[in-house]
Amino acid sequence: MARRTASVSAIGAAGGEMVPQVAVRGPSWDGRLTVLILFLPPALLLFTLFVVLPIGEAAWYSAFNWNGFGRPTNWIGLDNYRFVLETRAFWLALRNNGLIIAVSLAIQLPLALALALMLAERFRGAVALRMLFFMPYILAEIATGLIFSFVYDGDYGLVASIWRTFGAEPPHLLASTNTAMPAVLIVIVWKYFGFHMMLFIAALQSLDKSLIEAARIDGATRSQALRHVVIPLLYPTIRLSVFFAIVGSLQLFDLVMPLTRGGPADASNTMVSFLYNNGISRMRVGYGSAIGVILFAICVTFAFTYKRWFMRDE
Amino acid sequence: MSDTKTIRAPFDPSMLFKMVFLAVVAIIVVVPLLATLFGGFKSLGELRVNPFGLPRHWEWQNYADILFSARYWQLLRNSLIISTLTVVLTLIVASMAAFTFAHIKFYGSSMLLSYLTLGLLFPAATAVLPLFIKVRDLGLLDTYFGVALPQAAFSLAMSVLLLRRFFKDIPYELLEAALVDGCSYIKFFRYVTLPLSRPILATVGTITFVNSWNAYLLPLVMLNTDALYPWPLGIMIYQGEYSSEWHLILAFITLTILPTIILFLLAQKHIVAGLTAGAVKG
Repeated sequence: MARRTASVSAIGAAGGEMVPQVAVRGPSWDGRLTVLILFLPPALLLFTLFVVLPIGEAAWYSAFNWNGFGRPTNWIGLDNYRFVLETRAFWLALRNNGLIIAVSLAIQLPLALALALMLAERFRGAVALRMLFFMPYILAEIATGLIFSFVYDGDYGLVASIWRTFGAEPPHLLASTNTAMPAVLIVIVWKYFGFHMMLFIAALQSLDKSLIEAARIDGATRSQALRHVVIPLLYPTIRLSVFFAIVGSLQLFDLVMPLTRGGPADASNTMVSFLYNNGISRMRVGYGSAIGVILFAICVTFAFTYKRWFMRDE
Repeated sequence: MSDTKTIRAPFDPSMLFKMVFLAVVAIIVVVPLLATLFGGFKSLGELRVNPFGLPRHWEWQNYADILFSARYWQLLRNSLIISTLTVVLTLIVASMAAFTFAHIKFYGSSMLLSYLTLGLLFPAATAVLPLFIKVRDLGLLDTYFGVALPQAAFSLAMSVLLLRRFFKDIPYELLEAALVDGCSYIKFFRYVTLPLSRPILATVGTITFVNSWNAYLLPLVMLNTDALYPWPLGIMIYQGEYSSEWHLILAFITLTILPTIILFLLAQKHIVAGLTAGAVKG
C-alpha cells in the first residue's frame, strides 16, 4: 500500500496530470516521507553523537593507558579494569552506593509513604505542606550540599550550636571518616523524601475510593483497610519509588562534592564521585572510562532485571 | 469520613500524633533553609553565637555587595543562556521526533523509539570522559553549546516519550480532516499539534530547564573559563575563596537559589506534574 502511493506520487511529481489523484487519495506518502526525512534525523543524530557513541568509545578507550592527548596508542587490554577492581576506594564507593540504597528503602520510603497517607487527605494546610516537603527536591544539589556543609560546620553550624548548648565540644562531622557518610545520608533523605512522597500522593489520589469504602463497610478498621487494601494497591508505585531510589543513588555526585568531595580518605565517595576524582580530574581517560563502563554495566543490568522481575505488568 | 467525625470525640489522639509528626518534619525541612536566609543577614561573629535565630542586627551589606557585583549577574546570565539553549534545543528536536513517532507508521519506528529510550537507562556521568573528548574534537569545549548539546541529548529520551504520548491523544480525525483539506503534515504540526500541546511543552520545558539550571558535572567538565561558568560552578569557587566567611557564602546561596524558588512558586503545577507524573510514565 505504502509502496503504491509512493510510486503514484513519484509519477505525480514528474508529470503534472497525476497530482489530482494524489489529493483524492488523502494522506499522501510524500508528505509523510518529508516528515520522516526532516523531523527524525536531528533527534537521532544528537542522541547518537552525545549519548550512544560516547558509551561505545568508553569501552574502546578503557583498553588504553591514555591521558586524552593525541591518539590512544598504549594498548593495555583489560588492565584498567583490574586496576579499578584492585582499588580499595572503588569498593568503598560501591559500599556507599549500597548504603544509600539501604537508607532509601529503610527510612526514606516509609517516611514518604507515611507523609503521603497523611497529606493525601484534604485539610487546611495539606497542599502547603506538600509543596514545602517537595521544595528540597527542586533545590540544586550543589546549593543543598553547601547549605548542609554550613549546618554541619564545626565552628559556625547549626549542629555545633546544638552541641554547645549541652556544653560539649562540637564535632566536625564531615571531616571524620566515621561520621562523613552518615552525615551525607541524612542530607540525601532530607532532599529526596519529598519527591517520593509526591509519587505516593499522585498514586493515592488516583486510587479507586470505592474499594476502600467497601472494605470499611465490611467492617475493616482504618488500619486494616490501610494494610490490606491501600498498601497492596500502592505496590506498583512502591516498586517505582524503589527503582528511582536505586537509579538516583547510582548517579549521585553533585550533592557529595560540596559536602565532602568524597573524602575524607574516600570515606564518602559514590561511584560517580570516585569516577570524577580518579578519572576526570586527573585526565586518566582509560582508567576513568573503565569505571564508566562498570557503572554503565551496573545501571543497565539493574534496569533490565528490575523491569523484568518487578515491573512486568507496567 | 464524615461519620467518623460525628461519632468520635473532637479530641483524637491519632490526629494529635499526625499534627506533631507533620510539624516536626516541617521544622526539619524549614530550619536549614531559614538559617541560610537569615545567616546572610548576620555578621560572622553573630553567626557563631546565634546561627538559628533572627538576626539581632540586620547586615544588609552582605546581600547588597553580592547584588551589586558583576560576578553574581554574570553567573545567572550564563546559567540562563545555557538552560535556555538546552530547553529550546530539546523542545524543537524532541517535539519533531515525537510527532513522527506519534503519527507516522514506518518500518522500524518502534525499534528507533526503543533506541532513544536507551537514554533513560544510564546517567551522563558514565561516559563523561569520552563525551569530553568528543566535545573537544568538535571544537565546542569552553562554549555554551558544549554544555547545552549534551544536556539536550540526555533529556531527549524522557522528552520524546512524554510528548509522543500527548501527541497520540490528539484525535486522529483532526489530522485526517486537515490532510483532506490540503494541509501538509508539517503545517499540521506547526498550526495544530504545537498550539494544542502547550501544557505538555510547558511541562517538558520546565523539567529540562530545572535540570539544566541545577546541573554541575557537565559544565564542570566542559568549561574552563570563569566568564562562562553557570552558578553552580561559580558558587563552588566562591565558597573556596571565602572558605570560612559563612555569612557571605550563605547570602550568596540564598541569592542563587532564589530564582529556583520563585520559578517553583510560579510554575508549581508544571514542576510537580512533570517531575512526578513524567517520571511515572518513563
